Amino acid sequence: MDLTLSESELAFQAEAREWLAANVPAEPLPSMDTAEGWRLHQEWEARLAEARWSVVSWPRDYHGREASLVEWVVFEEEYYRAGAPGRVSQNGIFLLAPILFDHGTQEQQDRFLPSMATGEQIWAQCWSEPEAGSDLASLTSTARRDDERGGWVLNGQKTWSSRASFAHWGFGLFRSDPEAERHRGLTYFLFPLDADGVTVRPIAQLDGEVGFAEIFFEDVFVPDSDVLGDPGDGWRVAMSTAGNERGLSLRSPGRFCAAADRLVELYRSAPDPAYAGDVVDAWIKAQAYRLYTWGTVTRLAAGGDLGAAGSVNKVFWSELDIALHETALDLRGPEAELESRWLDGYTFALSGPIYAGTNEVQRNIVAERILGLPREVRG
Amino acid sequence: MRFELDSDQKDFADALDRLLAGADTATVARAWAAGDHEPGLKLWGRLFDMGVTSLAAEDDGADPVFMTIAFERLGHHAVPGPWVESVAYLGNAGGIWTVAALPHVPYALDADIADQVYAGERRVSEIGELYSSVDRARRLFDVGAPEVAWDTAFDRAVLAVSAQLLGLGERVLADSVAYVKQRRQFGREIGSYQAIKHALADVRIALDFARPLVYGAALGAISPSAAKVAAGDAAYLSSRTGLQVHGAIGYTAELDLSIWITKIRALVSAWGTPAVHRERLLRELG
Ligand SMILES: Cc1cc2nc3c(=O)[nH]c(=O)nc-3n(C[C@H](O)[C@H](O)[C@H](O)COP(=O)(O)OP(=O)(O)OC[C@H]3O[C@@H](n4cnc5c(N)ncnc54)[C@H](O)[C@@H]3O)c2cc1C
Repeated sequence: MDLTLSESELAFQAEAREWLAANVPAEPLPSMDTAEGWRLHQEWEARLAEARWSVVSWPRDYHGREASLVEWVVFEEEYYRAGAPGRVSQNGIFLLAPILFDHGTQEQQDRFLPSMATGEQIWAQCWSEPEAGSDLASLTSTARRDDERGGWVLNGQKTWSSRASFAHWGFGLFRSDPEAERHRGLTYFLFPLDADGVTVRPIAQLDGEVGFAEIFFEDVFVPDSDVLGDPGDGWRVAMSTAGNERGLSLRSPGRFCAAADRLVELYRSAPDPAYAGDVVDAWIKAQAYRLYTWGTVTRLAAGGDLGAAGSVNKVFWSELDIALHETALDLRGPEAELESRWLDGYTFALSGPIYAGTNEVQRNIVAERILGLPREVRG
Repeated sequence: MRFELDSDQKDFADALDRLLAGADTATVARAWAAGDHEPGLKLWGRLFDMGVTSLAAEDDGADPVFMTIAFERLGHHAVPGPWVESVAYLGNAGGIWTVAALPHVPYALDADIADQVYAGERRVSEIGELYSSVDRARRLFDVGAPEVAWDTAFDRAVLAVSAQLLGLGERVLADSVAYVKQRRQFGREIGSYQAIKHALADVRIALDFARPLVYGAALGAISPSAAKVAAGDAAYLSSRTGLQVHGAIGYTAELDLSIWITKIRALVSAWGTPAVHRERLLRELG
């Protein structure tokens, strides 16, 4: 066992650190869920891309630097330590891109990946429906074959689609074969959010900002060239994204370690012994998550896959995030309720146990797939 | 010994409930948050007519149990406004007053609409900057608050907030129970899954053990600090659980639940944080 980075990894780390120190905006950008904040976050993505830091693990042809998984984790650590802006492009670069690399045609990769890497096109994930949340496979939005035009016609409704209020493209599953068993007969589509027949209605979240949206589809035509993977194979294709979302890519340890360090600073600036234990516990958990991730990275690099361990991971980071921010609010005492970066972080953390598969569902997966306990009766 | 509301007290609670249930308080709270105070001020007037504002006024029939009942109902219906400040702390029966007092109440709630604004014991005419709270119906103003001593008025305010938290927590639990009976996933009501049942049962238990501390404090049998800690913890558990069992719809500002969830978070640290009250209790225990 060995936790030291290689010479080239250290050089990569130093380069990232130096660039970030020179380029990260001094003041946090306004929320990306506002028009102005959105624009500034998009600009930031362009700057990252120009220096090849927006998608470090991608091929050079698509603005990447072919970084290894280890280097990716190192980059994320540096990124959050530097206090760099949240990634407005995250659903594209982290959730959709891996699928495009695995299942997309060369033409699709060439068409979509470059503008995703530069932040020019921002993608929204359109999976959930009003009646299909945890039970995603019960989704009812439809895709009807249109042979004449060589494509499909989408109808139905998606909801809770993060950043769809301002995003340019969406990716989602539609039922293309109503006769098939519910996990079959689904097809994975890519579509512009300003296409004819698409209506996006922004929805305000707890903090009052329109962080997600519902999307209505009324006879929306999608050409065959925008189907990802084979028709009817959407579930299998999509489930490779689910692992990404729960496990590594959305929640790199860097962000929790950086937040835990800021928490320790907050404590030092106004120590309240009542919360000393909570501060230290949050820091320990962030470190546990960091070290756990190195184990995961080792297994993945050796060709293993995440499997149900993604669920272990997801419960841990989401609850760590809440505990950490609750402690910060505790430390702020009577000022806890006031607008602040900590309050924003807290409110965002509250959604962690809900999105990317709720923690109840994750615990079921841990109990059933990892511990091998009998399945609870469902439907 | 009779540790239960008597029929007069129950009737009072029911009457308030009827009034508030018919007043669409969620809409009132949203308007208040948006700076439209008209509906909230009208409601204040109707509650004045029912005697709510005089329940802590020394020469006007102060009654801690009735006051606690009223604040629980105000919490249950998420009524906006400086109720704790005006009625419980300042003991003012007529008009709307507000106050800031360091170290625990740094800003004056709704100072822009109050008839009288106090910085500690001093009446002020100038109000400073507006700060927004996680609860958008709590509009907080800098008024240059001085340090004040912890006196019986402060205890009364703590009791009132505890009662509000109890009512807020009960309401979130009730709404959550109703929701999980109706929402279906995987072909069944989500309330049939044990993860959901146990989470909500824990809230029931926490609230059931906060209530006797709140009403015990109203009777002077225990420190209001104990009530604040327990009611704050139970209400917070209710809000966290309520959000979780609602899923994404609970995370929207459009669902009225958000009004309750954000108010609970704000009140947990208002009028003394949990740590402040725990420490004070420990000191009282000698
Ligand atoms: C901030 C945020 C951002 C999101 N972004 C996106 C996005 O970009 N794209 C997208 O498609 N979706 C997005 N979602 C939606 C998210 O994926 C869903 O919220 C999630 O799948 C849960 O579905 P639901 O909200 O309908 O809750 P439900 O499935 O109705 O669940 C309600 C409650 O029931 C519980 N429950 C359900 N089934 C079981 C069971 N079998 N056993 C025990 N408990 C159960 C749940 O755990 C939860 O507590 C987002 C959600 C949030 C909060």
